[in-house]
Amino acid sequence: MKRIDLLVTYDVDTSTKAGARRLRRVAKVCESFGQRVQYSVFACSVTRAQLEEMEARLLDEMNLQKDSLHLYTLHGGLDRSRRSHGVDPYRDFDDPLIL
Amino acid sequence: MTTQLLNTLFVQTQGAYLRLDHETLRIEAPDEDGEKELKLRIPLHHLGGVVVFGNVLLSPYLLGQCARDGREVVWCSRSGRFQGRLAGPVSGNVLLRRAQHLALSDPAITLELARQFVLGKVRGARTVLKRALREDTGDAATLEAAVGAHDEAIYRLRGADSVETVRGEEGQAAAVYFAVFHHLIGPIDFRFDGRNRRPPRDPVNAALSFVYTLVRGDCAAALESVGLDPQVGYLHVLRPGRPALALDLMEEFRAWWADRLVLTLINRKQLGLQHFEARPGGAVYLSETGRKEVLTAYQKRKQETVRHRLFKEAVPVGLLPFVQARLLARHLRGDLDAYPPFRAR
Repeated sequence: MKRIDLLVTYDVDTSTKAGARRLRRVAKVCESFGQRVQYSVFACSVTRAQLEEMEARLLDEMNLQKDSLHLYTLHGGLDRSRRSHGVDPYRDFDDPLIL
Repeated sequence: MTTQLLNTLFVQTQGAYLRLDHETLRIEAPDEDGEKELKLRIPLHHLGGVVVFGNVLLSPYLLGQCARDGREVVWCSRSGRFQGRLAGPVSGNVLLRRAQHLALSDPAITLELARQFVLGKVRGARTVLKRALREDTGDAATLEAAVGAHDEAIYRLRGADSVETVRGEEGQAAAVYFAVFHHLIGPIDFRFDGRNRRPPRDPVNAALSFVYTLVRGDCAAALESVGLDPQVGYLHVLRPGRPALALDLMEEFRAWWADRLVLTLINRKQLGLQHFEARPGGAVYLSETGRKEVLTAYQKRKQETVRHRLFKEAVPVGLLPFVQARLLARHLRGDLDAYPPFRAR
């Protein structure tokens, strides 16, 4: 199964209590599939099936009248698609994980 | 869990706590002030297994999730000795396991499987020796002689008519191999006077034992994932708690995967004597930083691809145990006439 590298960005309207709750829940879904690289920006490496599942679950949590979601597919993979500067918490989960 | 090479998480930070947070794994460990600190958060779907060393805690929910998903969890002592693994609901199908047991009570099938496992091992060892000859390390005449002894062992194995004979050939070939193994080691501060274990008594043996533990764990996981019982082996005698089939399967990987990895680390000076610790009683183990070196190299090696003769395709080294376990299952089911051990170039 090939994995697809994705950039997920969202805006959730947090002016109401319900909005703050949506934001927390959206973030939880994103954390289940990828890692936070900036506020409201996640990098994910997922299979096709996981991509569909993640999108469906995010849409379930969001109120599309008020919030927005963008999924960018990074063709050629994250490594080749990005140039980063500054504080960078990103960690490649395919690298050896030894703690 | 098996169609792609998933990463393995190794945790040797003493006092670390691994827990499940929705579908991510969180690793917390005390910082210098003893305060809990989040070390890493990783989505579970990236992980095929978790290996922990010494005092590392896993939450019951995390264990439950891993058991349900068939994700491997292995406990090792601080020094890296295998202690146990998590067994989930028994996987695979019962007909395959029945075939596995029936094969064991059929002397002809048992002999043939034992022969193939040992052939795999001896050929692998021969590959390592021939490569040393090509690279002109050590005494050429001695290595030539050892290669010749391996050729003869392969010839005799083809005609061996009992499992005992097969085991005898294996022992002899291993003796020849380890008698010349020190020729493959460059740095003069590393001595090697033959294989010893339980406990290993010199750095080379300590590193070998550690890498064998890793390969064995990967083999057991691969067997379980295709529905085979890792304890029911053919070459290795059954003993309570002994993963005999995992030991069988790892024979074909020992030399060219495990031994070569250790040799490369030592010869490239990525491992030095400072990476080892002597314990009272003459035992020698890798230190924490030494284990980290080995684990990093091991994980990188698993991502490298090698060509599989049967499929004419590049396969990541880390998936080979799965590929071979599947071939073994097909053979036991009767879909494949003989089990073909992996042959390295």
